[in-house]
Amino acid sequence: MEIAKRADAELGAGTAAEPGPRSPGCSLRHFACEQNLLSRPDGSASFLQGDTSVLAGVYGPAEVKVSKEIFNKATLEVILRPKIGLPGVAEKSRERLIRNTCEAVVLGALHPRTSITVVLQVVSDAGSLLACCLNAACMALVDAGVPMRALFCGVSCALDSDGNLVLGPTTKQEKEARAILTFALDSVEQKLLMSNTKGLYSDAELQQCLAAAQDLSPGFGQLG
Amino acid sequence: MKETPLSNCERRFLLRAIEEKKRLDGRQTYDYRNIRISFGTDYGCCIVELGKTRVLGQVSCELVSPKLNRATEGILFFNLELSQMAAPAFEPGRQSDLLVKLNRLLERCLRNSKCIDTESLCVVAGEKVWQIRVDLHLLNHDGNIIDAASIAAIVALCHFRRPDVSVQGEEVTLYTPEERDPVPLSIHHMPICISFAFFQQGTYLLVDPNEREERVMDGLLVIAMNKHREICTIQSSGGIMLLKDQVLRCSKIAGVKVAEITDLIQKALENDQKVRKEGGKFGFAESIANQRITAFKMEKASVDTSNIEEKAEEIIAEAEPPPEVVSKPVLWTPGTAQIGDGIENSWGDLEDSEKEEEEGGIDEAVILDDTKMDTGGVSDIGNQGAPIVLSDSEEEEMIILEPDKNPKKIRAQTTNAKEKAPSKSQVKRRKKKRTAN
Repeated sequence: MEIAKRADAELGAGTAAEPGPRSPGCSLRHFACEQNLLSRPDGSASFLQGDTSVLAGVYGPAEVKVSKEIFNKATLEVILRPKIGLPGVAEKSRERLIRNTCEAVVLGALHPRTSITVVLQVVSDAGSLLACCLNAACMALVDAGVPMRALFCGVSCALDSDGNLVLGPTTKQEKEARAILTFALDSVEQKLLMSNTKGLYSDAELQQCLAAAQDLSPGFGQLG
Repeated sequence: MKETPLSNCERRFLLRAIEEKKRLDGRQTYDYRNIRISFGTDYGCCIVELGKTRVLGQVSCELVSPKLNRATEGILFFNLELSQMAAPAFEPGRQSDLLVKLNRLLERCLRNSKCIDTESLCVVAGEKVWQIRVDLHLLNHDGNIIDAASIAAIVALCHFRRPDVSVQGEEVTLYTPEERDPVPLSIHHMPICISFAFFQQGTYLLVDPNEREERVMDGLLVIAMNKHREICTIQSSGGIMLLKDQVLRCSKIAGVKVAEITDLIQKALENDQKVRKEGGKFGFAESIANQRITAFKMEKASVDTSNIEEKAEEIIAEAEPPPEVVSKPVLWTPGTAQIGDGIENSWGDLEDSEKEEEEGGIDEAVILDDTKMDTGGVSDIGNQGAPIVLSDSEEEEMIILEPDKNPKKIRAQTTNAKEKAPSKSQVKRRKKKRTAN
């Protein structure tokens, strides 16, 4: 799907932010996205957030092995490959999170007994990796023309020891943070599709992070 | 997914075209496709595009103990992976032949040619040496993987910087990149593989075959050479029989091509170094073209987070208090306790009994004496339909054997918990007790 994009997409309220008492106006690192850059996969996308970059390729709906077929919907498979070394348990758990998110939005019932495979390759990791993977997967599914009920975007935030909120943290910020929260939000109503958190935080902070992520989400939705 | 078979008419078409010295993409017999090299922000990371074939290369290093029979040499490790996105036929376990062949060729080209000085990777002889690991990932397969992979490997190795180490007597100091600039690897020469595809039993030759041409070729000759015209590796596969002068001619062509490609690599490395030194922007973000319909870039943007605190407080105020999740254990008899209620039986509701709405309380906290057993909760269950006997289990009553009391029918004390068919929950609970004991 190729849509002309305007460079003046606004992220929430893009004007100069008034710093709140505990969370000074934060800025998101620069991001970029390119679709249809690989010739073999049905859909492909490269998503860059700051220095973190993930390449996604989608094949589907395609033939599925009989052992994996589901009689009334498509079998969604997500494969995440790290850049260095063999994939381990962390990759498996991320694959599962991304798969659950995709299954919630992809209209699998339109393509029963087929397989939709999303392959993600980490090109560079500088923080907010799961959010970047989610975004790349969504863009690649769009490029492949897989029917979806909504787009989704991944937003990652970190809470440091003073309670300050950082959106799209870098590796250094993630290491020093008290908690890291990643959310997948859908594009229609900014509802929460998936959340993955690590660390200690209060429920007030959780709601704040979620509210901040929901402010960002319409901006991401304009990419699609 | 199985490989899509090549139709006979496509095969015949390609072969006829080659006989007439025509290639589908308009190239000449000895022409290479466009090579594009881009670097990432980390040192040692690069993406090489040979036409549409795309390979990602990353070099990393680690301090390890050396091999026993080579105590003063560093260790090199190469790994080429055919990612599943490169072609639908690349499934784990399905591509072993091709994978082994490519990996072996790459190893011979880079390791056996001694292009990297392994002696310089030694830190403390016999104890600590650098292990250099080169990971290559094929991202898109449009033919001639080995050429693209060898270019990516050598570019990544030339681009890589390892942390600086200093040895003073017995002390070894490893400097972080912030303390001292990392140093490049010591590379003697740059071997690059050039592939030649043969058709019609060696009559016709094409350089840099693309995917379609590879499918119809008879055999492949790969020559790895450096710009000093030294052959590092030569491999002929496919069982074609080549004449001596054919091989010599190929090596001459390879010499010319390698010189061109080496120039290109040097230019790319110099450009990147210049940009980094001048503090300009580098990395993959820069290689995404502007003004393209399929690309979108957005600079750093600030986000208004001033109202999120109020929003959050609103949400929390309106939300119900979280349920008491930690349920205290219910002691049935000495030695038998129950914590929580277990998940709903997923064996299917044959008849739906009315389900009450859960208000959150799972188990009432029941504090019991050791000797007495509390059975007061039997009557607490609200709308209870007639007990529906659904399970075929022989043991339908939950009987707790006690030394001095009569066996009673017991249900767990649940206040406003979801209604389930009583017999089913009994069966379930008994199972849990067995595991608890």
